[in-house]
Amino acid sequence: MFFTKLNKIAVTALALTSLLSVGAQAQTLTGAGATFPAPLYQKWFQQYKAKTGDEINYQAIGSGGGIKAVTAKSVDFGASDAPMNDTELKNAPGIIHIPTVAGAVVVAYNIPGIGPGIHLTQDVIADIFLGKITKWDDARITKLSPGTKFPSTSIAPFHRSDGSGTTNIFTTFLSQVSGDWKDQVGAGKSVKWTKGLGGKGNPGVAALIKQTEGGIGYIELAYAVQNVIPYAAVRNSKGNFIYPSVASTTAAAEGATLASDFRTVITNTKAAQGYPITGFTFLLVYRDSKPELKKFLEWALTDGQSQADDLLYAKLPASVQKRALAAVATLK
Amino acid sequence: MTTTPINAPAASPASPKKLVFPKASFSILYGDRIYAAITFLASLSIFGIIVWLAVQLSQASGASIHKFGWSYITQSNWDETKDIYGILPYIFGTLYSSFLALLIAVPISIGSAVFLSELAPKWLRTPMTFLIELLAAIPSVVYGLWGIFVMLPWLKTHVMNPISHAHPHNKFALWLFDVFFSGNPYGPSMLAAGLILSIMVIPFITAVTRDILKAIPRSQREGSYALGATQWETISQVVFPYAKSGIVGAVMLGLGRALGETMAVTMLIGNQSPGTPTGISFSLFQPGYTMASALANKFTEAAQGINTSALAEIGLVLFFVTIVVNMAARLLVFYTAKDVAGGK
Repeated sequence: MFFTKLNKIAVTALALTSLLSVGAQAQTLTGAGATFPAPLYQKWFQQYKAKTGDEINYQAIGSGGGIKAVTAKSVDFGASDAPMNDTELKNAPGIIHIPTVAGAVVVAYNIPGIGPGIHLTQDVIADIFLGKITKWDDARITKLSPGTKFPSTSIAPFHRSDGSGTTNIFTTFLSQVSGDWKDQVGAGKSVKWTKGLGGKGNPGVAALIKQTEGGIGYIELAYAVQNVIPYAAVRNSKGNFIYPSVASTTAAAEGATLASDFRTVITNTKAAQGYPITGFTFLLVYRDSKPELKKFLEWALTDGQSQADDLLYAKLPASVQKRALAAVATLK
Repeated sequence: MTTTPINAPAASPASPKKLVFPKASFSILYGDRIYAAITFLASLSIFGIIVWLAVQLSQASGASIHKFGWSYITQSNWDETKDIYGILPYIFGTLYSSFLALLIAVPISIGSAVFLSELAPKWLRTPMTFLIELLAAIPSVVYGLWGIFVMLPWLKTHVMNPISHAHPHNKFALWLFDVFFSGNPYGPSMLAAGLILSIMVIPFITAVTRDILKAIPRSQREGSYALGATQWETISQVVFPYAKSGIVGAVMLGLGRALGETMAVTMLIGNQSPGTPTGISFSLFQPGYTMASALANKFTEAAQGINTSALAEIGLVLFFVTIVVNMAARLLVFYTAKDVAGGK
């Protein structure tokens, strides 16, 4: 009696599942990685689902976690703000990098009585974070922004305490422009800071800056805009002071020389109107990944790009977009 | 009327004088043994988990142990870009912040526990006990957020800034300032971490201490009063010595939480080793790093290989520090309890 009942249930369940799988052709893809582009990706996945029915689950566990997950093939794709290094690439043969959008890292500050847009040069930023410039009224700072009256407040430099792609972009830039920085600190997702304090995540650093008179730190452009924290215009390699914005980020991406596999950090751009502290964020996919993933990538690189501006991400410049699409076309 | 044993089969009337034992049921024969086996397995599982954890951690940190040896815990350089790892400042930060926490928490906790168990009127006792237990249940991230947005600004304007603007005159004060109050009063610091930890462990120590004091037999107190002792004398001469080992245990429970606390500390300690050559500073205004907060900060983005291995070794060292501290506490209880009659 009991068994027949159980049997019935099992049969119905089986029938139901087979019905379901035949009825809807929807596929599910999974991805994991960077937190920085996560808001944009979530929006993309929502719209893509509405359009095609394909569902994509994404977990923002951090770039490092994304690389580990895609290496272990526990997800269909990974996402990272920093390109994979050679060792990581060797552990995951067949992976290619697809840039999706670019982002800017801004130098945000809290100086009593001073609004956004002070001018900073590459070497001044490096020396502030090395602890060599300690007061806001230091001649090297004041002479860059004539007409602004700086107080003699002490400078409190803040950095990310957790490993992050944001730190990688910022320290890569400083290593390119300052020999001292390259020798003493170097570049990476997590480096050995000699001065200041560390905050966890963009919110941690932003809280430190907001609460400390004289504070300075680096955070993502979108985060600084949303939280109304003033940030500086930074001199680029062509000698122009560029205020970070979506447009100047795209311009920077245009002026960067990209490696054929896209594994380049595009800081210190040669573009005259490009903001120098910028980087691409990547999706990491295997050459033989599911066909649905290829379709999604094509959509993200074309229709998806128009979503970027609203969320303060810089869309890919036309030249990069073309190359990225060509790379996607090589997927199986 | 003959009395037959309960459960006895009715086979006795032929020879009533013969003793009749109840037929042993399955539960009588094996029940205790099964029960003992189950509880043994339960206790074994705890032991097994600890061993398994130690083995796993050692395996994961093998590469780092092999490469750095003892220099891992004696060096102060943690540099991912060069793949050199030493955690002396983290070990120091863990111990120092926990020490500060206990320094503040122990007197307050014991004081409030004594009040609650010995002195408080009944109408106050229940709500206060409830509040303390409530405090213990608040998640640590909430303490951290409260710390950032409420405690830090207050601490900065009312404690750190006045102290760092003071000008000490005599030699001792100068020395004191140099050792304990050097550095910029940014806010996040050893002081902030120690304070938040103390707030977090106070409810634990208070609740356990109160239970211990309540468990002391009434006769002990009555005997003391009968001999003419005052309330203070009773509490200090009779109640405390009786509860000594239990109170040490309560403090160790608090210390255990302080050593391993991660989220709130990460949010308030500044996550930066002090700029001294050893990465160690006793200054309360300097930022610091604890082992738990270093793990929380660095693990998600760690590179594969030696970096991940070095992080796993932090876990291993924290594991051993906790074991050593707990063993030290046991020894302390053992030796202090010996000279108190009925102390255990």
